[in-house]
Amino acid sequence: MYQWDFGILWSYRWLFLNGLGVTVGFTIVIVLLGLVFGLLGAFGSLSRFKALRLLALTFIEAFRCTPILVQLIWFYYALPILAGVEMTPITASALALSLYGGSFYSEIIRGGIISIDKGQSEAGAALGMTPGQSMRRIVLPQAIKRMIPALMNQSIIQFKNTSLVSVLAVPDLVYQSQVAAHDSYRPLETYTAVAVAYAAILIPLTIIVRRGEKRLAVSE
Amino acid sequence: MSETPKNTSKIEIRALRKSFGSNEVLKNINLDVAKGGVVALIGPSGSGKSTLLRCINLLVVPDGGSVRVGDTRFAFGDGAKLPEVKTLANFRAGTGMVFQHFNLFPHMTTLQNVMEGPVTVRRMAKADAEKLARTQLAKVGLAEKADQYPATLSGGQKQRVAIARALAMEPDVMLFDEATSALDPELVGEVLNVIQQLASEGMTMVIVTHEIAFAREVADRLIFMRDGVVVEEGPARQVIDNPKESATRAFLSHFHRTGALPPANTTT
Repeated sequence: MYQWDFGILWSYRWLFLNGLGVTVGFTIVIVLLGLVFGLLGAFGSLSRFKALRLLALTFIEAFRCTPILVQLIWFYYALPILAGVEMTPITASALALSLYGGSFYSEIIRGGIISIDKGQSEAGAALGMTPGQSMRRIVLPQAIKRMIPALMNQSIIQFKNTSLVSVLAVPDLVYQSQVAAHDSYRPLETYTAVAVAYAAILIPLTIIVRRGEKRLAVSE
Repeated sequence: MSETPKNTSKIEIRALRKSFGSNEVLKNINLDVAKGGVVALIGPSGSGKSTLLRCINLLVVPDGGSVRVGDTRFAFGDGAKLPEVKTLANFRAGTGMVFQHFNLFPHMTTLQNVMEGPVTVRRMAKADAEKLARTQLAKVGLAEKADQYPATLSGGQKQRVAIARALAMEPDVMLFDEATSALDPELVGEVLNVIQQLASEGMTMVIVTHEIAFAREVADRLIFMRDGVVVEEGPARQVIDNPKESATRAFLSHFHRTGALPPANTTT
């Protein structure tokens, strides 16, 4: 029978905290950047101009339909050769993860916008609003409310996806725990603790999302 | 777009054409509405009357012909450039429209709904816009509902808010697109009363409606459309009481053409 000894992890606490800090910070960056890409993708795919629609669609499908692990490796090893720019592992993985997240956000945002009744933008237009004004004042405020649960969900997935950046030696929680596991010869304790750490952050978040969904259902 | 000299008619439509795909919904339509005139558009569904109404404020962009409201004229078709987004928005700001399904903004209170046009489009100061909005709400008898959200209102109240919202832009003309068709019968009267009040104040209006008795009472001209053409046109009472065309007669036979307006319950 295996003798668990979690006490041994205490000496690696700064390593873990460091890794956790990188993971959380990294998530914030890729969620924010991802939302920017998502907005661009959504507006592109709803554009009056065919070229923009095509561009947005290509972006969305390219990142939605390839595995994130492949994208990470490709951005770090292949893109520098093609584009001639060296990227640090952090830049490469931040870019890949935000574009990946952005492709999903695009679809969520687009879906939210087109779910708003056409009569709403017509009423805006009839008052003399430009399409931009009616989007900002009338459509988006209603659409965002509907998007929030799905956006939160996707962001939770993004949080977990950051664990993949360890393959590019970005010192996140998973990478640091690998270091700790090799050093202590205690992989079982280490990875169990890591799994608990992810869950401890995400379970409260999912509860908040579920509450939000319920409140939304009431106000609709 | 071009400036034309002052004309007696407020709205002038010439040779208007519109197709959706292979379906030609408007075939060479001409229409004049005098300043202060009230024109009722009637006809079976699919006759093109709603499309014609939506062409007047260019919510639907025609394929050919011309549209003039006040001093602003647009021509469409061969070689004519489509108006720019800003030009269109400016033009629409001067024409109020009321929709069958109200299309109130559900995320705003009644007051905010009415203030939205003046604040966003006319760049009016909030305080002035609020004063204007409260005046318009009072006019449609809903001053006390200012802080409620549309979801808490009855259909008739929603439509009266929608009218107040359009009036807050102080438009030159008002367009009504089957404004009472989505209402429970007992709520129709309160909306028709507001429209009638506007008519008596000299507002230029085009009204797409199925309320024949109301059209006879309020409209000075009546246009009967079928299959994208104007079949018959004339003074409202004359066309309703003595239609010349057999198609008009057949259509009107489905309605009670005279009688009092439905009673208004809540308008004060």
